[in-house]
Formats: sequence, C-alpha cells, structure tokens
Amino acid sequence: MGGYLLRRLLQSVVILLGITLITFALLYLLPADPARMIAGRSATAETVMQIRAELGLNESLPVQYARYLARLAHGDLGRSYAQKIEVTELLSSRIGATFLLMLGGIFFELLIGIPAGILAAVRRRTAADQSVMVGAFLGVSAPQFVVGLLLLYILAYKVPVFPLGGFGSLTHLILPAFTLGIAGGGWYARVMRSSMLDVIHRDFVRTAWAKGLSGSRVIWKHTVRNALLPVVSMVGLDIGTFMGGVVVVESVFGWPGIGQLAWQAIQIVDIPVIMGVVMVSAIAIVLGNLLADLVYPLLDPKIRYGG
Amino acid sequence: MLVVVLVAIALVTPPLWGQSSGRTSMVVTFKDDISTLDPAIGYDWQNWSIIKSLFDGLMDYEPGTTKLVPHLAQSYTVSADGKTYTFKLRPGIKFTNGRTVVARDVKYSVERVLNPKTQSPGAGFFGNIRGAAAFSAGKAKEVSGIRVIDRSTVAFSLDKANAAFLHTMAINFSHVVPREEVQRLGAQFGHKPVGTGAFRLREWVLGQRLVLERNPNYFLRGRPYLDRITFQVGVEPNVAFLRLQRGQVDVLGDGIPPAQFARVMSDSKLSRLVAVGDQLQTGYVTINTQVPPFTDVRVRRALNMAIDKQRIVRIINNRAVPAKQVLPPLMPGYDREYAGYPFDREQAKQLLAEAGHPNGFSTVLYANNTDPNPRIAQAIQQDLAAIGVKAELKTLAQSTVIEAGGTKGQAPLIWSGGMAWIADYPDANNFYWPILSCAALTPGTWNWAWYCNQTVEKMVEEADALVQSSQASAREAKFREAYRMIMNDAPWIPIFHEKRYTMRSARMSGQVALFVDPIHIPVHYDEVKRTSQ
Repeated sequence: MGGYLLRRLLQSVVILLGITLITFALLYLLPADPARMIAGRSATAETVMQIRAELGLNESLPVQYARYLARLAHGDLGRSYAQKIEVTELLSSRIGATFLLMLGGIFFELLIGIPAGILAAVRRRTAADQSVMVGAFLGVSAPQFVVGLLLLYILAYKVPVFPLGGFGSLTHLILPAFTLGIAGGGWYARVMRSSMLDVIHRDFVRTAWAKGLSGSRVIWKHTVRNALLPVVSMVGLDIGTFMGGVVVVESVFGWPGIGQLAWQAIQIVDIPVIMGVVMVSAIAIVLGNLLADLVYPLLDPKIRYGG
Repeated sequence: MLVVVLVAIALVTPPLWGQSSGRTSMVVTFKDDISTLDPAIGYDWQNWSIIKSLFDGLMDYEPGTTKLVPHLAQSYTVSADGKTYTFKLRPGIKFTNGRTVVARDVKYSVERVLNPKTQSPGAGFFGNIRGAAAFSAGKAKEVSGIRVIDRSTVAFSLDKANAAFLHTMAINFSHVVPREEVQRLGAQFGHKPVGTGAFRLREWVLGQRLVLERNPNYFLRGRPYLDRITFQVGVEPNVAFLRLQRGQVDVLGDGIPPAQFARVMSDSKLSRLVAVGDQLQTGYVTINTQVPPFTDVRVRRALNMAIDKQRIVRIINNRAVPAKQVLPPLMPGYDREYAGYPFDREQAKQLLAEAGHPNGFSTVLYANNTDPNPRIAQAIQQDLAAIGVKAELKTLAQSTVIEAGGTKGQAPLIWSGGMAWIADYPDANNFYWPILSCAALTPGTWNWAWYCNQTVEKMVEEADALVQSSQASAREAKFREAYRMIMNDAPWIPIFHEKRYTMRSARMSGQVALFVDPIHIPVHYDEVKRTSQ
C-alpha cells in the first residue's frame, strides 16, 4: 500500500509538471501581448517595451518556464498583472468558497442521484423508473446557467426564501450547490441504476433471496452496498467536470470562488492568475483521482494494492 | 419534497439581506472584480470613477458636465507661449492619513507615473512635460519640467504647447498620492489606497465587496452626500436587476441586461428609474489604409456608403444614435453641419467599379467575440455583401483583436465594439493622437486604420497650440476642419455613438445628469444623494 501510494504521488507530480508546461506553452503561443494589455491604449512603444522587460517577457519560452518552476518550487505563483497582488493571496481568498460549493454540489448530487437510482432499479420498468430516467436526462442536459437563473427567479425573487445570490451563510450556499447537484444527480441516478441492475442478478444476491432474507435487507445490505462502489469512484473522477460547472454556477450566483477568478483573468491575459487557477484545478483533479483509488479497497476488501 | 426541505432550511437561517446599513448608503453591483485602486495604474471603466472618489487631481470637471474647473488647485496661470502652467494649491487639504498636501506631492505623483518601474498605463499622457523622456529612460533623477516653487506652488513646463494639458491634470494618472504611504505599502497601495478624496476605503473583501465611507475631512464642503457606498462584485447582471427590483441594490453598475431592456423601457414603473445620457464614445469600423484594395480612397468611401447604420442601432435596442463623423456629439469640436456619407448602395457599387472592382473583392473583418459585437459584425458583413464585398468574419477575444489591429498589414477591417474609443478626457485631440495620427504609427498602435495624413497632423498640432481660453472657439473650428479632412480620407466607417442608460433605485435622487455623468461611470459617487426615507 505504501509503495503504491508513493508511486501514485510521483506520477501525480509528473502529471502536474506536464500540465504547467502545456498551459505555459499555450499562453505563450497566444496572439496577445500581456505587456500591451497592461500598458493600455495610451502607452508609447517604449512604455510597452519597458513593461515587457520588467515582467521578463523578453526571455525565450524555456527560460521563462524555468524561472516559473523555480519560483513555483518556493510556493511563489507570481503577481497578478491586473490586481498587482500575489496570486497565492488571490487564490487563498477564493479557494475556500469553491471548496464549499463543491462539497455542497457533491452532497446534492448524491442526495438526488443515489435514491433515485435505487428507486429506478428496484421498480424497474415501471412509471417510477421511467420518470426517474426522464428526470435524470433533463437534469444532465439542462444548462446550469438557465437552471441557476430560474431557481433564483422563483425561489429568491418571486418567493423570496433564499438570498439573490452572494456569499455568507448556509442559505447562500443552497441554491448554487443544488444547481451544481442537479446535473450530477441525473448522472448518478443513471450510474446507480445500472450498477444496481448489474449487482441484482449476481449469485450472492440470489443466494440472499434464497436464504429467505427480508427484501429491504437484500436491497440495502447486499445490493446497494456493492452497487455504490462505481459511484464512489466516480465522485473522485467527477472533480474535473465539477471545475467546469463551478465557473458557470459561480458567475450566476456571484459565488466568490476561483471559477470567477479564472474567467476574469482569461479576459485580460493575466497569465500568473491563469497559471495559478490551472495549477489549483489540476491538483484538485489529481487528488480526486487518487482519493477514488484509495477509497475503493475500503468498500471492497477484495481490492488490494500490491507494494 | 426536496424543495420543501430547501425552503425549510432557508426559513430557519436568518436572512442577510433586507436591512440596509444606515440612512445614506448606496449599493452598486458589478459583474467583474474591481482591480487595483492605485491612480497610477487603474485604467478600466470600473475602477476609474472609484479612484476619482478616493483621490483628487489639480483639475476636475463640473459634475455632470465636461467643463474643467480647478480642484486641488485654487488657481492656475498659463504663460503667454502656452508652455508653462503654474498651479497654486488650496490651503490645508489633508490626506486621509492626516498629512497636509504640499506641492512636492504633485511632482512626486506625476514622476511616479513616468517611472517605468510603476508600469503605469498613463505615462504617455505626460510625455510632453520637459525632461519626462530623460527621466523615463533613467537618464535623469527627476523631471526637470516639474518645478516645486514653494510649499503650495508647482509649475509644469512643456516641450510644446498643448491645449489639452489641463485635462491631463484632471485624469486619474495625475491624482495626488502621499509618498510615504506608497513607499510603506509598496504593491499593496492599490488595495489600501490613501488619498484626499470624498471617500476613503473602509473594507475590501476580494471577490465579494468593496466598501467606501465618507471622508469627514474632505475639502469640498457638504460633499459627499452619502455616508457609505458598497460595491457588490461578482453579481450577474440579470441577478443584479432582480436585486434592484427587490430593493437591495441602488445602481446597476453593468447597466440594464440587454434581454430585459425592452421590458424595462415599456414598463412605466421601471422606466422611471432609468437615466439616459450621452457618452464620449464612437463605435466604428477601421479600414486599414495600408492593405489593398483599401489603399484606394474610393474603396474606403464606397464602404462608408454601404452600411445601414439604423439597422445596427436597432440591434442594440436603439441605445445609440447613428454616427456620421469621428467625434461624438458631446465632444467640443463636434460638427453639427457635417452630413457624412449617405447610405447609398448604388453609389457605393459605382465607386467600387471606378476603383477597378466591379465584382467586389474578398476581405476579412475582425470583431470582439462578446455580445452584441458578433451580431453587429454580421450585420456589417451582410451590408458589405450587398455591394459585392465578401468579408470573412473573425470574432476573437478582445486581446487578440487588439494585437491584430496593432500589427502592420494584418487586419483589413475591424469592428471596434467592445474596444471602441471612449475618451480619456473631453477634448477633440483625444480622438486624434492615439487612434488616427501619424505619431501613433508604431507596432502595437491603436491607429488600426494605419492612417497618416501629414496635412491633418499639422493642423491638429496648430490647434493644440491654441491654449488660451480666448482661443477656444478658433481651436474648435480648426478641429472641425481637420476631422472633415479625415472623413474625406475615410479611414473609418463611423457606425454609432452609444448612449448611456443607468438604472437606479427609487431611493436615489439628484440631477439626472449625475447618473449619466460623462466622466464618472456609472454615476458620480460624490454628488448623488438619497431621498429621505
């Protein structure tokens, strides 16, 4: 186990390095000059040159990348071109909000998806099954932007139960987390359903029925527990998809997370901020994958990682 | 079921909204974060007027107008040759750290902008102060043209006369900052600003809100009217609109959401809350005068006759007036008699035929990819197709379009929307030097038409030498003539001048002009009031 973990961690570091290199190269190839964006429209050519020199943008890509890595090794992500403050400060002021939103989103997607999936599987080929599947389809395909605005309009404007977006208390979290959860919930309902159906026909379930165990005991102890396995591993893998949804949901609800930050930084080619957000998202995704793999054996003792 | 649970949770948690903080406060919403509040650096439409409420310049404008008045300066004199300006400071003005403003602070603040280490986008405005170039290049320790005469007197000497110089003493980049605070705070100064303004910073939570509170020692008596302004950031414009109707917000910083505009204007209760005004803006298509076939003036004129500007104005809900010339109507020097090119497809086709393109030609039109610009660019594309000009559309990120425009020989046509020129200061030369002059033609230029006419250049130089206030009307006449010559060369297709529509809550009061102030966007924070409740 320890050896496995070490190997996976090393792999993660290589992946992260690869991601920084690709992002860096892409930003470098972008036909836009950050020095010119900073200098503004009234700047003379000399001013732009001076700013470019100040930022070290005259160096070749490998030199700039090496410098970036050297600073990264010291935990220095650079300074935002627009805000003129440390990227680490910008990120740390926002990362908590994104984390909270993701937790809320995961909570709702499981809360919606798992019971719906179980219901659909147990009542297979009934009206209940079909409505769950249609609902799941709608949930997955509805654009989060529209869902978010609709929820705000109904539950915050027409019937003012929730605040109209913003950040600060549990009530602020519910609607954005729910919006995030709807799409995931639809997805999990389908996965849970097929996973349940897969398990329901296994020999050990048949044996359980044959032993004369009660229906609920068979469903909950034998079927659900085993069917949950692929779902749990998906939560880890899901973090990547979540990052995309977070950008949209954060902007609809005015949630002060890193999705908003990324969107604004891209508009103005604020390279240090873009790099920082990419770095944080990549770390989250890599950790999510790692966690999924580590949780697996806890749920299914048959899976063990050799040293 | 789930909804019931959600509602139940919501009901037991205490609401955060509903109670406003104090009698004279105002809430403004913005979608984007507010970037730095350092007057040497801030240069976007959001932080521009917030900075104006935190800092002051030697000059300012009468609220709601474009009329220059002395501000930190009590008085000023201009030498006969127009090259030296001497300012006398008002006595006893204090920074919010308690120190009195002296002439040395003025010199320091402008030198700080000219210092390349500051990375100020405003350095170009002060390039014609004597000795500025040597200072920027590191060849001099100070700018020789800025002289501190005594504690409260400072003089600026220029290389050549510049009638717009007083405007450059009113723009944010010359606003006065205290050296000791800048040095103490370093890069943090933009987030912990210390100035002389009507307000001071109370709280700034990144990504959430910025709160200003009244500066009790502000030197203009009775100002500001408000005790507090809260800027909520990260608010989606549609959500901001809902908040305003719920009474939680006073001013929509990003304006009325386009999708709601027609509804607002047709609803008598909502349209009462809208203030309409002109702004110093022109939306235009640049025609690259160095890229064939646009090297031929007949082709450029033909394009000017091909565009149905009324239709484009309808695309943006009639929030603009069609443009015939470079300058917007609010700008001194705007030519009320000039008729511009007619919308006449037959004449346009005839001109193209004369220029040797009876069957038209193919070209490329660049545009910003944010709404409504792609829709406007498509309308232009269709209008061009009607006279046989097949324009391929490239809708790209703003920074990419700016880069293409500033690269010699690259972008034949650019629709300027989303990057269009809004004046830095209300003077006719601000629409010439950066975007139409020969002097601006360096790589990275904003003169995307790559236009250069030495005769016009000379005329504008002559106009800029008419610095005395008695020469103002002669100067305007000269600009009218220069801009007519420019339109004759047709480097642009002027499309429209946008109007400003600001929506404010019924709680706000004050003259309409303050809510569509041409200098302070979205509203003049120091001057607006709240109705008593």
